[in-house]
Amino acid sequence: MRWLRYGPDAALVECESLAEMSAVRAAVVAAGLPDLVEVVPGARTVLVAARPGTRALEQVRALVERADPETADGGEPREITLDVRYDGEDLDLVARTAGISTDEVVELHTGAVYTVAFTGFAPGFGYLTGLPEPLRQSRLDTPRTRVPAGAVAIAGEFTGVYPRSSPGGWRLLGHTDAVLFDSRAERPALLAPGDRVRFRSLS
Amino acid sequence: MSRALEVVATGPLALVQDLGRPGHAHLGVPPSGALDVPALRLANRLAGNPETAAGIETLLGGLAVKARASCTVAVTGPPVAVTVDGRPAGSHVPVHLTAGQTLTVGRPDTGLRCYLAVSGGIDVEPELGSRSRDVLSGIGPAPLEPGDVLPLGAPSGIPDGADTVTAPPTPPDLLVPVVLGPRDDWFDDAAHQLSVPWTVTSESNRVGLRLDGPALRRTEARAAAELPSEGVITGAIQVPPNGLPVVFLADHPTTGGYPVIAVVVPRALPALAQARPGTTIRFRPYA
Repeated sequence: MRWLRYGPDAALVECESLAEMSAVRAAVVAAGLPDLVEVVPGARTVLVAARPGTRALEQVRALVERADPETADGGEPREITLDVRYDGEDLDLVARTAGISTDEVVELHTGAVYTVAFTGFAPGFGYLTGLPEPLRQSRLDTPRTRVPAGAVAIAGEFTGVYPRSSPGGWRLLGHTDAVLFDSRAERPALLAPGDRVRFRSLS
Repeated sequence: MSRALEVVATGPLALVQDLGRPGHAHLGVPPSGALDVPALRLANRLAGNPETAAGIETLLGGLAVKARASCTVAVTGPPVAVTVDGRPAGSHVPVHLTAGQTLTVGRPDTGLRCYLAVSGGIDVEPELGSRSRDVLSGIGPAPLEPGDVLPLGAPSGIPDGADTVTAPPTPPDLLVPVVLGPRDDWFDDAAHQLSVPWTVTSESNRVGLRLDGPALRRTEARAAAELPSEGVITGAIQVPPNGLPVVFLADHPTTGGYPVIAVVVPRALPALAQARPGTTIRFRPYA
């Protein structure tokens, strides 16, 4: 683990792996430090930003140096199931690339349990880890200018759902009607770091 | 009749802003909020509001609003002509409007963003605890348009009684203190490379200030390296592959995949919020 300064009031905790990052994030969140303004997980880092003039950064540093990433506990994760119609434009491409049938793609994608590792790109967009190996495929050579809201997609080691219509280069497997982000809802983002996610096929 | 403000003209861009919605970056939501925070806080004090009340952020002036009820208003930011029904009223002072009067904000000679506070504050529905418009993710009230009617809250205080408030200067050259890192080691002698004059380009907006100058060179070892996506904060100076830095402002993306060479210290951000295209910026790393 490395501690990197990020301006006067923030720091990056750099981790060896996504798993270590998730453990650090969970430990920091579980501590519930009142003067910590943001805890932003990334693929290999956790960004912590403190209220200026407080000791929150020192507290985080002591916390992560003491913490054993193997035993870090972020509390009971939430479990979320998303209903998906597997009718995505890239389903055939994904099956061809993996050398399996489209039915097998759906079986693999629905058979796994995913964890929201971090968010970014757009409000409510979660990077979900746990993707079965054959589905770990590169992004499209040419990103689409418009991916519809609710599109369920894969790229690299991640799967995710586009919360709203936007450009995007991930391979599209299908779509869900679930609302991923509603800023007026009590819990605005359906998926938050640490949540467990399953996909269920509607077809 | 409920208190309200009618938008008559907006200029290039007029947005409802308060102090933003920090604390939601892990959901992908930027902090947003007024770019020149001290200016909005001052406008609110002058109008008798808590500093957290929502006001209007204008870009290059051009705002005109008609009071539908008696109210106290104040315009801050760079010095700017303010009129009430065509008569000069002045910026950086509390101004009283009676129902039916129209206040206009001219075009500032320097700087970019003026702030209008109204007694009671703009009382549109908050989203995630803030009334700020976030231009990156489209959260918060839409950019204002002529004909919009903005509800006002109940006045809660007395306008600040200062005789004269001087507008802060908006110099054409800025010396900006930064803290190197977290990824300064991706660059050859980051402090030296950053110290040259950079020019603010017209591609800049609330998401970030785009700068032109000699492209920042990465170390040989990092020349083609990919950075796994990581968290970004306001003031981060991110360096995309073309080597031209972007200083992230309040509506920045919450994560990014390019190295951050240094971070602007928070007290320098208001001046950056007022930096017009063509402004020269020098970064001064400090320990």
